[in-house]
Amino acid sequence: MSPLKATIRFIVNGERHTVAVEPIKRLLDVLREDLHLTGTKEGCGEGECGSCSVRMNGELVNSCLVPVLQAEGAEIQTVEGLASSGALHPLQQAFLACGGAQCGICTPGMLMAATQLLSLNPNPSQREIREGLAGNLCRCTGFTRIIESVIAAAAPPAGPARQASHAR
Amino acid sequence: MRGNPAAHEMIAPPTLSAVLELMASQPGQWTPIAGGTELMVAHAAGRLAAGRLVSLWGLSELRFIQSTPDTISIGAGTTFRDLRADRGIASSLPLVARASSWIGSIANQSRATIGGNLVNGSPAADSSPALLVYDAEVELISTRGSRRIPYAEFHTGYKLSVLEPDELLFAVHMPLRFQAHRQYLRKVGTRRAMAISKVALGATAMVVDGSITELRLAAASLAAFPTRLFGTEAALLGKRIAPRAIESAREALVAEARPIDDIRSTAEYRKRVGANLLEEFLLSLCSGETTE
Amino acid sequence: MRTGEKTRIVGAAVPRKEGVDKLLGRARYVDDITRDGMIYGATVRSTIPRGLIRSVTYDRRIDWSEFTIVTAADIPGKNHIQMIFADQPCLADGVVNHSDEAIVLLAHPSKHKLREAVSGVKIEYEPLPGVFTIEQSERQQIIVWGADNLIKSFLLEKGDVDSAWSGAAHIIEGEYRTGAQEHLYIENNGMIAEWSQTHGITVWGSLQCPYYVHKSLLAVLDLPGEKVRVIQTETGGAFGGKEDYPSTLAAHAALLAIKSRQPVKMVYDRMEDMAATTKRHPSRIRHRTALDQHGRLLAMAIDIATDAGAYATLSSTVLSRATLHASGPYACPNVRIRSHAWATNTVPYGAFRGFGAPQAIFAVERHMDEIAAALSLDPVQLRRINFLHKGDTTATEQLMREPIILDHLLDRALSESGYYGRREQFARENRLSPVKRGMGIAAFYHGSGFTGSGERTLNSVAGLDVTREGKVRVLVASTEFGQGTNTILTQIAAETIGIDYDDVLMAPPDTSMVPNSGPTVASRTSMVVGRLIERAGAQLVARLRQDTELGETFTRQEFFSACERYRAAHGEVVSLCRYQAPPEVFWDDERYRGEAYPAFAWSIQIAQVAVDLVTYAAEVEQFWTVQEVGRVLNPVLAGGQIEGGVAQGIGYALYEKVILENGHMANNQMTNYIMPSAEDVPPIHVFFEEIPFSHGAFGAKGIGELPHDGPAPAILNAIRDATGVGFHAIPLLPEDLFALLAAPEPVAEAAAR
Repeated sequence: MSPLKATIRFIVNGERHTVAVEPIKRLLDVLREDLHLTGTKEGCGEGECGSCSVRMNGELVNSCLVPVLQAEGAEIQTVEGLASSGALHPLQQAFLACGGAQCGICTPGMLMAATQLLSLNPNPSQREIREGLAGNLCRCTGFTRIIESVIAAAAPPAGPARQASHAR
Repeated sequence: MRGNPAAHEMIAPPTLSAVLELMASQPGQWTPIAGGTELMVAHAAGRLAAGRLVSLWGLSELRFIQSTPDTISIGAGTTFRDLRADRGIASSLPLVARASSWIGSIANQSRATIGGNLVNGSPAADSSPALLVYDAEVELISTRGSRRIPYAEFHTGYKLSVLEPDELLFAVHMPLRFQAHRQYLRKVGTRRAMAISKVALGATAMVVDGSITELRLAAASLAAFPTRLFGTEAALLGKRIAPRAIESAREALVAEARPIDDIRSTAEYRKRVGANLLEEFLLSLCSGETTE
Repeated sequence: MRTGEKTRIVGAAVPRKEGVDKLLGRARYVDDITRDGMIYGATVRSTIPRGLIRSVTYDRRIDWSEFTIVTAADIPGKNHIQMIFADQPCLADGVVNHSDEAIVLLAHPSKHKLREAVSGVKIEYEPLPGVFTIEQSERQQIIVWGADNLIKSFLLEKGDVDSAWSGAAHIIEGEYRTGAQEHLYIENNGMIAEWSQTHGITVWGSLQCPYYVHKSLLAVLDLPGEKVRVIQTETGGAFGGKEDYPSTLAAHAALLAIKSRQPVKMVYDRMEDMAATTKRHPSRIRHRTALDQHGRLLAMAIDIATDAGAYATLSSTVLSRATLHASGPYACPNVRIRSHAWATNTVPYGAFRGFGAPQAIFAVERHMDEIAAALSLDPVQLRRINFLHKGDTTATEQLMREPIILDHLLDRALSESGYYGRREQFARENRLSPVKRGMGIAAFYHGSGFTGSGERTLNSVAGLDVTREGKVRVLVASTEFGQGTNTILTQIAAETIGIDYDDVLMAPPDTSMVPNSGPTVASRTSMVVGRLIERAGAQLVARLRQDTELGETFTRQEFFSACERYRAAHGEVVSLCRYQAPPEVFWDDERYRGEAYPAFAWSIQIAQVAVDLVTYAAEVEQFWTVQEVGRVLNPVLAGGQIEGGVAQGIGYALYEKVILENGHMANNQMTNYIMPSAEDVPPIHVFFEEIPFSHGAFGAKGIGELPHDGPAPAILNAIRDATGVGFHAIPLLPEDLFALLAAPEPVAEAAAR
């Protein structure tokens, strides 16, 4: 049997795309295979690890659980859409300075979750950061420096003293 | 990824009535899918039996929170993020707001719907204990009309409900009569976040001069589906809250509970912790505190 | 030797070398890569733990002509993956010895047809009785490996243990158990293999040890060395879980690639990776300890048993490290350690950060607290009076020549954590609170590098070259998988030569391009490989000075100009060095005596734990870790390693349980195998001390595994402090705490049934 393919139109990182794929195909697979945006990763396929996290219509979602039919007309942001014209996003800069990425596989999803968090709560407490990132599992860092990175990115520009403190 | 996308049809009719027409014309043929946080997990595990799916995502007729002076009505397509963000829910139905924060992660909360949570029918469903102690009614809808039943009568067995093959869960209605009640809701999971419930207890109670005049108790994972603990309620109604009453209430809960051993926990643990949660709630009534 | 010198780059928090690519989502992990004409591979696995394969049938409803099918019969070389013993088949041939053992390989262009086809291969077995626990294997009634189920044993003796019991004021016994642990790297195992007549086989994959994979492929494929090429792709976490398993997966992908004549990608999904690949060895460790009336150790008799799983893999070296860490950081005149690795019909256990030390240290550090309780001694004091010092000998009679500052580390840990103040506070508060709090300590060392003569046997080679584009490249087979290899080795090279951090790159981790600097394991990369890079840098500068008139001091530009003059004369600019053993390292493998490790890193860890008697859940609220590591090459990376290791140790203690049913992992999904989330891991406070080690790069010793050794005993010691009850097994889940902490429910429950 061969069910209909669906034509889905959506915007990813500001660019319009049209794909003709099975409607239940996972948004994760459409991003990686059809759009060749391999920054978003699969870690579990069950919505537990968050490495597939993207932002869809201003919400954080696990793209491994989104059938692409439901992304019709959506505006989607992936990790590839964070940096702009060659400049790292402040979160990316902070992760680099503070050691928020080790093996890097959780990092794209983690950056999406952190971006979402900061868009709603520009100055989160440590507890709020832990909650905001609780859906993103990192096996390398123990989360400590990820949280420091988010705090550093959230801090107002006059933060050289804070930067120095990360060098321990 | 063990599922095969080519083995499944999925369509997204633009209106609720179009969905209901479809389900009436081909009853039992189309499986509704809302946020997909259950069905897509099954798909990835190669266990999604449903060959034809009808998407409810984006149907604004299902995604609403409406308040009147007496009632709050929540559309089945409302996400847990919507519930957490709603001020009316936070002030009038705080246990619903708390339960909503338990669902998976932030990413799962933005997709998981209250309708999906109830219809999936897991005994561990996060929203159920709160709904049960708030006397929730569920409204079921089809081309034949709509009907309302107490949520406590919705589940009939393990992952079984009274939903007919042509029916959808449309809304959950709760009366706003618990503002002055003492309230309690606690979940025990495998970790602080993203945890399936091992056991959860919800309670609303009215205490007058140290005696319980009204009581609703509900639990997750102490039976084949989320359930009111009528036997335990009966053991406490009209009683003064004192050590002996607490002790016999514990015994009643342990006797009434029918938990199982599964991959997450044991029946003995669930019974004991259920009784501990009950005691924690009852002690909070004495001290006049609201508890976690 | 450069220790003690002021450094510009080594010791600085320079950014991770490959960090920008990772942050942009540009880093290419194996599943991000496609090759022209690539198809997919999958594995048909055993559904029983032990038995004979009676038949393999292929469902007639599937058109098998579309598929490539590989079985043991297709293996051109040897049907084994050999780490130490040659007992593990690449593909099962007539018999299976564990659930999920690989039997048939399939390849097809469609991942989905492939999935269906896996279900379409029906295997009929004649089941045989299996063994599933250490005890069953020990009984030797059912023999499942070799002549007696015993994969390896050691006997380590110092002094005269038997004479010590009669004179002892106290004799304390205890038995401690640790469970299996799954690595749960967020990137599953994956490989791509491609075959060509001219080049032979090339594999790209997620792996720690390119040359281990290379060696395995030579044997399985019966190819000469130059016809096998192994390239590591960006690897999303490993922790030892990609030390040996990738050799099996690479062989599978290669066999399919050769037979199908197309590139083949095999990437496991989470369920397959958890069920079928290696995990940490479970253990049972018994202690019998004699002490004098002051609590000083007189004798330790220790019995270690590990569950090796169905094949040997690395079980003998894990057992070795467990043996060498079993008596703790203490001076004891009489020690006997007997250790055994037993075969069972479970998925073979393998390397995991710590490699036997977490198991051994759990037992000895829990036991120290049991001793303290029995003798009514402060557990801090008991440790302090028994600590090893410079000039003491270990259980292998290794003379501690380097300074040991355990007292100071302990003082610092106590001070930073406010240990005594907190304990006092909790003792008061616990009386009325349903949440009981406590503090617990662990003291331990971790030997850096391979044991004994291991490094001599590895005989590693590493070095540098200089490209025409004016970049120095580090030539190593040591891989990056998050721990910072790329960064520290380029820091070392830049510092040694006297150029900028950005002047140095890593050469691709490709066996056709880099020498064998040994596996990326055993906390050896900074100390051993880093030292080779340091020497290679000095050697390069010396050659340039000799051959091109490079001055005593020079600028970057002068250096690179000199390199071009050197290239003109010699054709290339390369500087390689081979491992040199430190002079005092002497190890007797027969009698298990001598210098077990060239260097040790030392640590004290303190946990603050809360036990909620409503839910019986234990949570770590704060964690402090003080460690002496030689030299901190990069404070951000080093701190990150410690924090990550502590988090894994917390998981090991309180959350992570492998549930086996008939030898198969039943909870092989992330929803049911629980690692702590950001809301569960506490703030982790890290403090470094440095005593430079003269044979390590810029004084560095190893740190990768050290932090995973201490959390489990520190946490269970804290639970003992909080509740008064000692627990002896991990993982310690709420259901286990419930079993010992909860009073029996009233009799009415029985009557109500």
